[in-house]
Amino acid sequence: MARIPSIYPHVWRVPLLIWQGLFFVGPLILMVAMSFWLVRNYRMEPDFVLANWERMLTRDYFWSAYQVTFLRASLAAALASLFAFPASYALAFKVSATARRWAIFFLIVPFFTSYLVRVYAWQVLLAESGPVNAVIGFAGMGPFTMLNSGFGAMVGYLTLVMPLVVILQTFSLAAIDRNLIEAAWNLGASPRRTLVRVIVPAARVGLILGAVFAFILSFGDFVSPFYLGGSKPPTLSILIIDTTKSGQQWPRAAVVAVMMILTLFTVAFAAVGAAYRRKA
Amino acid sequence: MRLPILFFRLYLLALFCFVFAPIVTSTVFSFNSDRFPTMPLGHFTTQWYQTAFARPEVWEAFRNSMTVALSAATLSTALGFATAYTDFRFGFRFKPAYLALALLPPTIPLVIMGLAMLAWLGQLGLSGTITGIVIAHTVMAAPFAMAICRLRLQQMDASLEAAAWNLGASPWRAMRVVVVPFCLPAIISAFCLTAAVSFDEFIVAWFVSGLNRTVPVMILEILQGNVDPQINAIGTVVFITSITLVVAAQLLLLGRTAR
Repeated sequence: MARIPSIYPHVWRVPLLIWQGLFFVGPLILMVAMSFWLVRNYRMEPDFVLANWERMLTRDYFWSAYQVTFLRASLAAALASLFAFPASYALAFKVSATARRWAIFFLIVPFFTSYLVRVYAWQVLLAESGPVNAVIGFAGMGPFTMLNSGFGAMVGYLTLVMPLVVILQTFSLAAIDRNLIEAAWNLGASPRRTLVRVIVPAARVGLILGAVFAFILSFGDFVSPFYLGGSKPPTLSILIIDTTKSGQQWPRAAVVAVMMILTLFTVAFAAVGAAYRRKA
Repeated sequence: MRLPILFFRLYLLALFCFVFAPIVTSTVFSFNSDRFPTMPLGHFTTQWYQTAFARPEVWEAFRNSMTVALSAATLSTALGFATAYTDFRFGFRFKPAYLALALLPPTIPLVIMGLAMLAWLGQLGLSGTITGIVIAHTVMAAPFAMAICRLRLQQMDASLEAAAWNLGASPWRAMRVVVVPFCLPAIISAFCLTAAVSFDEFIVAWFVSGLNRTVPVMILEILQGNVDPQINAIGTVVFITSITLVVAAQLLLLGRTAR
């Protein structure tokens, strides 16, 4: 090890520091700074004023957007965790290792395919005269209006987060020591009791991480609330886009963005803390 | 509460239907003759592909997307490999902070990245350029490349490199003849995956692209208009492109790890 010339480690270490400093930390710091800038005659001027913060945080529309975004993201995290669990349970305990690998494989694929086109496809599927209503029609019901509603947005969120939640849950369930489960059975615990007292606590980290990622992705998503939720009421990401694209009010958009980042950090830290807390 | 195995089978089937329904729908309707998506289906046609790909701006967008995806994939794979190797080989102060800096970008909502990038690239005089999109996509894709390369390095015997040094190879030579060949499947796989990430990303690209639109940005702008089956046609081509990249990446990884 002693013969390593001193330049060698730096060649591998430094590029990331430079790149992230220039193009990741830099932009974020500028955005935070920008939230204190002044807009005069449609031009931004570097300054230190609280006008943008005051303007945004005293408006009802900001807080109602905040509430909608937070509640929807929480609901998406809860529903995704709930719907994913039986599937993850099946993948972890009820199928062969080969089948599990293939299932994970097929769950990774959509994560890297165009979310936008998938949302457009849901627009087609859920339309008043679309295939889903046609199927419901055979059962003698409907047609239901599913687009431009909270329901539509939720379908979009679940499309986005479901594969990831199933993968995280499956990994943590599959990692549980089987002896623990058998011990519970041998000691006479019912399957339900085993699930609640042994399996869920043992897989806690993965279950919480799945929910947190679902929350983070849904909280920041723009496509589902816009194209499936009808953008009424607007979410925070829609607010950012409207403020940036039409209003030229970048500093105000920056205020919304900073509020979003603070919220995500709080939620993520609280959840990770809960996940890794030693059980009392 | 012991549920029959049939229940689990059906449940998994339902889940995969939900996940893949949009992908299948888009493909089916791209070959359907009716302008409006209704049931039952009309007859088979390729007219949406023909009209979409007769438009020069569609080709222009595909060219832009290819340029951006290949450049961003090259940069982010190089960056990801260097970072993964640093994590694998060296210990130093503030390493957790270093790794956090490397892995944080995907947790920042895209809309926020878009806004921050728009302002920053504007200051650098790069807003509205292809270079700007490449920079943004590299930031977002590099963590994926790093994760893949790191997983592969994990499988390498750490003493392999040390053995090469002891036999008189310089660290550079050991890197060239030992580490890089060992990691090659992961490097190619990371390249494919980051290309797919870049090829599908549209929010940040939409913020910073200006007139140089990529394919998903173009889809986004068409979507703001009317129902248009051309989107299904373009979308199917996009799906096939990214699914090919992702499957290639995974086969490379799985094929090697099995050995």
